[in-house]
Amino acid sequence: MAQKIAIRDAFGAALKKLGAVNDKVVVLEADVGSSTKSGLFGKEFPERYFNVGISELDMVAMSAGFATTGLIPFCNTFSVFLAGRGGDPINSLICYDNLNVKLCGTYCGMSDSYDGASHNAMSDMAFIRSLPNMTLISVCDAVETEKAVFAAAQIDGPVYLRLSRAPAEVIFDDSYDFQVGKGVTLTQGNDITIVATGYMVQKSLEAAKLLEADGIKARVVDIHTIKPIDRELIVKCAQETGAIVTAEEHSIYGGLGSAVSEVIVEECPVPMGFIGTDGFGESGDYEELLSKYKMDGKAIAAKAKEVLAKKK
Amino acid sequence: MPMTKERKQELDQLCHQFRVELIELLHSIQTGHPGGSLSCCEILTALYFEKMHIDPKNPKAPDRDRLVLSKGHAAPMLYLNLAHKGFFPVEDMKTLRQINSDLQGHPCAHKTPGVEVSTGPLGLGLSAGNGIALGAKLNGYDYTTYVLMGDGEIQEGGIWEAAMTAVKFKVDNLVAILDHNHVQLDGTNDEIMPMGDISAKWKAFGWNVIECDGHDVAAFSDAVDAAKAHKGQPTIIICETVKGKGISFMEGKNTWHGAPINDENYANAMKELGGNA
Repeated sequence: MAQKIAIRDAFGAALKKLGAVNDKVVVLEADVGSSTKSGLFGKEFPERYFNVGISELDMVAMSAGFATTGLIPFCNTFSVFLAGRGGDPINSLICYDNLNVKLCGTYCGMSDSYDGASHNAMSDMAFIRSLPNMTLISVCDAVETEKAVFAAAQIDGPVYLRLSRAPAEVIFDDSYDFQVGKGVTLTQGNDITIVATGYMVQKSLEAAKLLEADGIKARVVDIHTIKPIDRELIVKCAQETGAIVTAEEHSIYGGLGSAVSEVIVEECPVPMGFIGTDGFGESGDYEELLSKYKMDGKAIAAKAKEVLAKKK
Repeated sequence: MPMTKERKQELDQLCHQFRVELIELLHSIQTGHPGGSLSCCEILTALYFEKMHIDPKNPKAPDRDRLVLSKGHAAPMLYLNLAHKGFFPVEDMKTLRQINSDLQGHPCAHKTPGVEVSTGPLGLGLSAGNGIALGAKLNGYDYTTYVLMGDGEIQEGGIWEAAMTAVKFKVDNLVAILDHNHVQLDGTNDEIMPMGDISAKWKAFGWNVIECDGHDVAAFSDAVDAAKAHKGQPTIIICETVKGKGISFMEGKNTWHGAPINDENYANAMKELGGNA
């Protein structure tokens, strides 16, 4: 079994590493620094670390002010609070003026599993994706996380980085050429494409193995940048495989599935299926929850077969 | 240094001119917010024409003073100041709130030179100001950040989040200003959401509080000097003002928060201001 590293640990380490090479980086936190791991940066660079307490609205609006002075603020809290409580200034200050703020939402999806539905972030991508000027990145492993942190700092404009709490299998090695807006094909196959993001990438790789046992060759694609989405790759997959399943730890409304279908209906309509939620979650063991809410390898494989049956 | 009598007269004259131009403008376009623009006329004029270190020819100079108009609906009075200061042509004022204009209904930093932060949704400007002011310290500049808020606006919880943040991080290079005109859109503060002892509230949050007459440019100017001299904690200047100041039938009336000015009201307002309708 592949090595597992928690995304949040990789994120905290990457932020600290970035701080050492870029003195324009300032980090804001809303009292969950030991959870988001932004505290690692704070320990190293206390003069550039601003823990504002439990006040997400203030933190996000303050980061907009920092950005107007040429600094590069990274805002940290749980995804559900960042997009929810911080939503107004994300829209009206940061995106409207195209400010150089990095919004890092950790504990995405159901990854804060025992805390229950109130702490799930299942709608953040729908809101964030609809905002002009925004880049939305959702990472799947520790390597992609570090590369995404450094790539985000290079973008002159708002970035939302969607991060999980969960220990994730390490899929990539250091040679990985991460490019914002460019998806990555992980397995070859021409029967169907599984387009996945975040923690669902490893679940999709599991699904591909299950399908292979049944003689179905699935192509698995990691779409880490939900916005701007890799249209070219998605069209190519539709043309070459003729069927697509999207897999995301998010509502089926407004996230990856919607983004992919927007491309598909315009460019190359093929049968599609959606893995994600349509309702609230609950407390429990993370892996058990993912299975219950049909976001595991088995569910993805079953959805793939359902879609394959519609393929002409 | 206290303001000379001559300088006060000049600034009062300028404020009078801005009131006339505001009424003419809002009458001509039949949209915009007169009440809250008139209450902060002296505050903005004293800042832009007396206190702030700014250069319209170099609006992005890194050491410039910044103003965040957190009560963004007072945009017309901000734009009058910026236009007469030379940030853009005065004739552009007539495009306010019209399609294809750089002068939006609420301040827009990426369209209008001199606007530092886009505002409109209330309660965000103080937080943004904290970031700008702390950015000054990190970047090694000694500019001052001014944040002008409305008294209805401070009903927003985010203002008090920012109030705590400013104290924790000793944001003493920021001067908050409250346009305390006692009236908001639906009625008076007392009717809609009683604010209690506003001064005591800010003091309890750890702020240095200065109170002054917000329609006296000299008194306000002195208050700004005192605020800038105060170190170790942030300062708020609570300006006692009148909503709709200068037009008797608008004064203290919530109905003039954002109402269009009809021909009759326009004629009466201009008569009071000594101009020609």
